[in-house]
Amino acid sequence: MTAPLLKIDNVGKRFGGFVALDGINLEVARGERLGLIGPNGSGKSTLVNCMSGTLHNETGTVTFDGHPMNGLLAHQRTHLGLARSFQLPRPFHSLSVAENIRVPLLYTVRQRRDVPHTREELEHRCHEVLGLVGLEHKARKQPKDLTQVEMRKLELARAMAAEPKLLIADEAMAGLSESEVKDIVALLIALNERGITIILIEHIMTAVMSFSQRLAVLVSGRKIADGDPQDVIRDPEVERAYLGQ
Amino acid sequence: MRTWQFFLVSLVIALAGFMGARLLQNDYLFFAGYVVLQFIVLATAWNILGGYCGYVNFGSAAFFAMGAYTTVVMTKLPAFANRHFPEEIAALVGIPPIPVLILLGGVIAGLVGLGTGYLTLRLRGVFFAIATLALAVVLQTLIVNWDFVGGSRGAYVIRPATAPLFGINYIEYLFLVMLVLVVVALTTARAIERSRLGYGFATIRDDELAAEASGVPTLKLKLVATTLSGAFMGMAGAPFPYYIGFLEPSSAFGLAYAVNAIAMPMIGGTTSWVGPLLGAVLLGTLQQLATVTISSAVSLLLVGLLLVFFVIIAPNGLLGLWHDYFGRKHKTEDESKTAAVKTS
Repeated sequence: MTAPLLKIDNVGKRFGGFVALDGINLEVARGERLGLIGPNGSGKSTLVNCMSGTLHNETGTVTFDGHPMNGLLAHQRTHLGLARSFQLPRPFHSLSVAENIRVPLLYTVRQRRDVPHTREELEHRCHEVLGLVGLEHKARKQPKDLTQVEMRKLELARAMAAEPKLLIADEAMAGLSESEVKDIVALLIALNERGITIILIEHIMTAVMSFSQRLAVLVSGRKIADGDPQDVIRDPEVERAYLGQ
Repeated sequence: MRTWQFFLVSLVIALAGFMGARLLQNDYLFFAGYVVLQFIVLATAWNILGGYCGYVNFGSAAFFAMGAYTTVVMTKLPAFANRHFPEEIAALVGIPPIPVLILLGGVIAGLVGLGTGYLTLRLRGVFFAIATLALAVVLQTLIVNWDFVGGSRGAYVIRPATAPLFGINYIEYLFLVMLVLVVVALTTARAIERSRLGYGFATIRDDELAAEASGVPTLKLKLVATTLSGAFMGMAGAPFPYYIGFLEPSSAFGLAYAVNAIAMPMIGGTTSWVGPLLGAVLLGTLQQLATVTISSAVSLLLVGLLLVFFVIIAPNGLLGLWHDYFGRKHKTEDESKTAAVKTS
């Protein structure tokens, strides 16, 4: 068996006296679709932040694609192929939709190749990435002119433009309607079929269940279950965490 | 237009303006014009950090003064060498020509900018602004207590009797040098805007977390911005001692520089190189007019009033007003087109 793409080993993080993550172990194989769930405040977003370099874990190590991540800044991790989308969309407001996509092309994809993009290449690639999420007709708009669902698609498109090996989608669907959720799940599965490993953090269970090949559950900073989605949601400990006793 | 084309075109325009101004045979024009030009450079430099990256610098006067005092140091060096070094070495030390002084001032102020960047890397918003203000106070205190450059008494800088370029007098020469510096500063600002660096700066202004996630090395780019911005401010200040003849800390670190460097881009518009140019020409000219017609104290009042006016009426400056006006026109045209399609 090949080495996992992402290996999280005994990762811990505290905020003052509050233990946000308590020795998390998690492995993600290449090409996998992993769902990550847990009640509010269970440490999902903190784990994402520790993986992507927004926060630095105090104990343990994150290894991505053979590279130890400790001490690397967020942009260095993005250069290595670990991209994330944010829970609340954070577009670059003063840039147009197409220019938003251009940033990871100029700064991440450019890092991996020897020659700069030509103007045509950039435009073509922006168009292609926006096409993936169905936003090509909005390319010249400003982010403020987009709807909520378009904003989330832009968020995913920007992460995709960095041509990542691993995409972490942090609650990409919160607040969307059922059909919009289906859109995004289909989009994520399509991306996965192109060979991108995806971690989906989500509260909407129908989305998680239709997306995930494997499901991990965080509660109070600890991982309490990890395995086949159908088995995991029947796990009595998971039921207890969600429904109470 | 490519960058070198822009550079050549604006250089030609600038030189034509210079020749035109010479026809009027009025030295005052150059005397007042120099100040306006100096403010164009200062405003453009402020905008590289403040407008493009969104980091508000309240300490512009300190960088300006660093350039000016670099020149003072260089003019004091020959006498110092005469006193302390053997004759053979002292004979080698002379006062460099103004373009070299500008470069030196730029290097020193750029290094101060880099240092400021390092010290304030993790500060954002109002905290960064306060830190730059503190930097200005610290540097002014250092200069006041440094006897070599005159301390609080100030220093005389004697202007050479003739300009190195034949046929023009010294104030015209200073004006010409500043004019070239304006062209260089505007070309640099414009080139940044259209480059990879410009996109990086814009993402820092909009959202640093998202910028990092997209692979933008935000810390490195901020250092580039503080260095570049500081360097141009220093360059604007380097010829100043020759212009004024007598430099003291309170004039080099004057409030007018810090306020104008912020007010001019804000009034012109911070998103493009045109903004600081417009703002500096407008405010600089108004201030010169007020200085000769009413009083020099009114000029700063004028800045304050205009700034208040623009912050309330046109928060995106003259450029913002322009875009709003023409943008709306475009939109209504679009809407009427779609309406026409619907009715047919």
